[in-house]
Amino acid sequence: MTTILERIGFVFIRVFEQTGLWFSALWDTVRWTFRRPFDGREWLRQMVRVGVDSIPVVVLTAMFTGMVLALQTFIGFRRVHAEQFVASVVSLAMLRELSPVLVGLMVTGRVGSSMAAEIGTMKVTEQIDALKALATEPVQYLFVPRIVAGVVMLPFLVILGDFLGIYGGYLIAVKMMNTNPVVYQQNTYQFLTLNDLWSGLIKAAAFGLILTLTGCVRGYYTTGGAEGVGRATTNAVVSASLIILLSDFFLTKILF
Amino acid sequence: MAFIELRNLSKTFDGKQVLRDMSIDIDRGETVVIVGGSGTGKSVTLKHIIGLLKPDRGQVIIDEHDITKMPELALNQFRRRFGMSFQEGALFDSMNVYENIAFPLRRHTKMKEADIRARVEECLEDVHLHGVEKKRPSELSGGMRRRVGFARAISLKPEILLFDEPTTGLDPVISDIIAELICEMDMKLGTTTVTITHDMKVAFKVADRVAMLYDGQIIEQGTPEQFQESTNPIVRQFIEGRAEGPLTDID
Ligand SMILES: Nc1ncnc2c1ncn2[C@@H]1O[C@H](COP(=O)(O)OP(=O)(O)OP(=O)(O)O)[C@@H](O)[C@H]1O
Ligand SMILES: [Mg+2]
Repeated sequence: MTTILERIGFVFIRVFEQTGLWFSALWDTVRWTFRRPFDGREWLRQMVRVGVDSIPVVVLTAMFTGMVLALQTFIGFRRVHAEQFVASVVSLAMLRELSPVLVGLMVTGRVGSSMAAEIGTMKVTEQIDALKALATEPVQYLFVPRIVAGVVMLPFLVILGDFLGIYGGYLIAVKMMNTNPVVYQQNTYQFLTLNDLWSGLIKAAAFGLILTLTGCVRGYYTTGGAEGVGRATTNAVVSASLIILLSDFFLTKILF
Repeated sequence: MAFIELRNLSKTFDGKQVLRDMSIDIDRGETVVIVGGSGTGKSVTLKHIIGLLKPDRGQVIIDEHDITKMPELALNQFRRRFGMSFQEGALFDSMNVYENIAFPLRRHTKMKEADIRARVEECLEDVHLHGVEKKRPSELSGGMRRRVGFARAISLKPEILLFDEPTTGLDPVISDIIAELICEMDMKLGTTTVTITHDMKVAFKVADRVAMLYDGQIIEQGTPEQFQESTNPIVRQFIEGRAEGPLTDID
């Protein structure tokens, strides 16, 4: 009995510890972002890595999500003769929810994990110590460009995802379900407000921050050789995905 | 007051005490060599001097600043006065050799690219490496990596140099070249140097003072001559490299 309680206790302590580390790293990153020297080249390199290199993944994910969403809602809505609302459901769902969350999760798998592995390897091979010894703060040199890239690039990827998702839905509705294309297009925009777009983009920036920061922090606190790097990588993906899904709920609640 | 003072340092890792009340003073411009058995805490000592590790107890005072109490930002600035080469090189593997050595120059000076190139070539020349600028660290041998690490440490001509086994794994000729280089920098630039080595030949060649670390403390120190004459049986066994003796009786 005590051992079970003890274990639960340890889990709680660990969670609090990790949360503390996470927020203190966030605070350090914010402070170091506005301090010289600014490393423009590195910022750009990370933006390419997070943004441009993720385009293929985002294209596939968003297209197929939009397509399957249209297909599913069609099947359901046909039963209540509400097919004309398919377009609105697809566009609302993509903008507000699916595009930010799916892009966030996909980029976590692609980029968050590789950041954890990269920084974790630097940690276990003393490259982080070498950075410090060369009077270079790892938070400034490693964290800042990656996190800035995440916050800046995710909204762009989400806009791309919005378009492609809606287009995927359109393809299914028009080509497979023989909906009138003009009516479908109208219905796509009819119930949308600018707020829908914004809430999705704010989420995207938040998820960009979460996934890059989690990747960096997990990498930075790696211990124990190659195995440790593997653990850090897995942990980065699992915890970033969880944080994204949890914060998604609260962000939706706040942003409407 | 000495330039570098380690005062009563104690450090424990996971219940294993590595340093216990360890103290040593190093004067400005002096070259101190620390010797000692494998795993006695020589690298740990070096990392305390540059503030990469914090002692559990004790102080590290450098030029009258206690760096154990320094906030991270000030410490970061302070480290510009240091150069350090790591035991395993610790080269940045996302960069080639040239970029590794140019890294501190680009970051901390306003040197033009042509001057940086000249300085990098000079540093590589110093450690007798040719035609490796474009190579990645993973394409180099262990000894080459160590020499690139050495070159990176000296590229800014810092006032304090810390070398963690700079000659281990190098052939005797190159070892001697590195030893000469350490002596030369000491003479020309008045650098304060702390070097760790297992190579007694190198130790006696470069050192103003040799200190031996054993069981978490400095048990003997003196000029190379004094050190060689030491009557401490542990030091004798170490210098003579014998398998039998007090060093090996304990464990
Ligand atoms: N970051 C660390 N975490 C845990 N233990 C450590 C750490 N760094 C060093 N140690 C331990 O401290 C002891 C001394 O290590 P150190 O690297 O200083 O040895 P060393 O004297 O440099 O040996 P060598 O000559 O083999 O390089 C070792 O037992 C090592 O396990
Ligand atoms: Mg060592």
